[in-house]
Amino acid sequence: MPGSLSKDAITIILVTAILIWVMPLLISTYTLTVLIVYGMLGLSLGLIWGFGGILCFGQAAFFGLGAYTYAIAAINIGESTVPMILAVLVPAVFAALLGAMMFYGRLNDVYLGVITLVVTLILFKFINSTAGPQYLIGNARLGGFNGIPGFQTLNIPGHPDDYIWGDSYFYVCAVLLGVVFFLVSALLRSSFGRIAVGIRENETRMSLMGYDVRARKTVLFAAGAAIAGLAGALFANWAEIVTPSLFSLGQSAEIIIWCIVGGLGTRLGPILGAAGLAYLKFLLGQQTLIDNTLITGLILVLFVLFLPKGIVPALASLWKVSFGRRPKGRIHLQRRMKSRGRING
Amino acid sequence: MAEIILETQGLTMRFGGVVASNNVDFKLREKELRCLIGPNGAGKSTFFKCVTGLQTPTEGEIYMQGVETTRWMPHQIASLGVGIKTQTPNVMDSLSVFENIWLAARRFHAPQQANRKTQEIIERLALGSIARDDLGQLAHGERQRVELGLVAVGDPWLVLLDEPAAGMSAEDVERMTEIIHELNKTAAIIIVEHDMQFIRSIAEVVTVFHQGKVLLEDHVDRVMSDPTVRNVYLGKKN
Repeated sequence: MPGSLSKDAITIILVTAILIWVMPLLISTYTLTVLIVYGMLGLSLGLIWGFGGILCFGQAAFFGLGAYTYAIAAINIGESTVPMILAVLVPAVFAALLGAMMFYGRLNDVYLGVITLVVTLILFKFINSTAGPQYLIGNARLGGFNGIPGFQTLNIPGHPDDYIWGDSYFYVCAVLLGVVFFLVSALLRSSFGRIAVGIRENETRMSLMGYDVRARKTVLFAAGAAIAGLAGALFANWAEIVTPSLFSLGQSAEIIIWCIVGGLGTRLGPILGAAGLAYLKFLLGQQTLIDNTLITGLILVLFVLFLPKGIVPALASLWKVSFGRRPKGRIHLQRRMKSRGRING
Repeated sequence: MAEIILETQGLTMRFGGVVASNNVDFKLREKELRCLIGPNGAGKSTFFKCVTGLQTPTEGEIYMQGVETTRWMPHQIASLGVGIKTQTPNVMDSLSVFENIWLAARRFHAPQQANRKTQEIIERLALGSIARDDLGQLAHGERQRVELGLVAVGDPWLVLLDEPAAGMSAEDVERMTEIIHELNKTAAIIIVEHDMQFIRSIAEVVTVFHQGKVLLEDHVDRVMSDPTVRNVYLGKKN
């Protein structure tokens, strides 16, 4: 990545501030909040898939786990600070255990996909079957397919009666997304992030250079799950109810589509993909002429065919061609071809 | 006599009924340069994979600097200070030359020092003009050279190279030979190779593999003139 981390920080603060100011003029803050949450969820998969090469079909599992952890903890504790922290930690620990099992077991990518998919299904089935009164964690009833309503929503830390809701909640979510984005940038600039990209590119080579690939993938996987968990908790606060549909396969598939459409291997792509497609879904939901999923599917097919790298990389290369300096590599290649021509001629 | 830094005892690797490596006893001393030769299927590459941890041998033991490494994984062996280059160019294609070498340097050095080390290797291997290019854009010879850079940057005491000269132009091979000689000043080197001309130019002691066993171990000139070795290579019955 060009530039430095302090430049990143300034850009992120400026862009976040401008968007917080401009976006509510166009879209209601209530809708924007959920778009931000989905953006964070997209970023969580974008991190582990786009930069770590780990295609996880079960990112929704961590999202749902974060939401449920928050809801259950909030009912039991009655104040939102600890539940928020738990909602990040529980999915992270769960992912670390699951990841360690997969990566230390040397499973290849296909099985990794299958296992993450199956774990999501198991959680979905399990939560769905917890309708009876015997499924109780502390004071919280799991509620089966009805989910858990009526938990303590986000409050100012230490003041359980001062709820953060409406426009304030939108600001909190937007700032949190900015913070997560900054942390992801810092991670990717660090040695750990650069090594993760190396592992994405060539696992065998990295292990022949002395890196324990399994440990590093496990840590990255857990970091992605932590972000998904935070998004889940924010979603729970927004919806004020958590239901098993958070764990659904449809949700998992959507996250993958967001990443493909927005652009893998970029930080911004999955966020834009998520917010854009979720907003489109919201707009399409207001009419009954065309089915929602049909359009999402069509968009995916069109992108895979015509813009396989996604929106952000396509825009970036368009920008480079129009305004940027020509990439050094190409000049070098031209020079080499010329010199080769001279030799041949 | 210099110290023995790599030793295998009765190294055997079976794939079902096929014995790819059969009871191989092998010793390598400090700063020695050794070539492993033999016809296709002689067991050189299997031996190489067992030593690098890419495969776990069925029987036998491997010792590096006196430590048993038989069931170790590649990253553990590399962490000892062993530089490994596999047969096919094995690099990070979408990353730049600098980033590739930096990643290798970072394993053994702090970030700032890794930057310096990377710069040093880039100058030593004359990669300066292409340092910012992605490896995927480079010619085969250049990529091989970068991969040697990945190996050299870790200051290894043992270097294992599987067919470093494969598919390279005469000019590239010459450069490769220079680099290998330079590496040899501080490290013992094992080269698995097919190219006889290259072996003549670089090796002193050669180990000949045949049907999974060590057939002969001697000075390169005597090996080349040995009738059994000639028969093995020409496919006659001995």
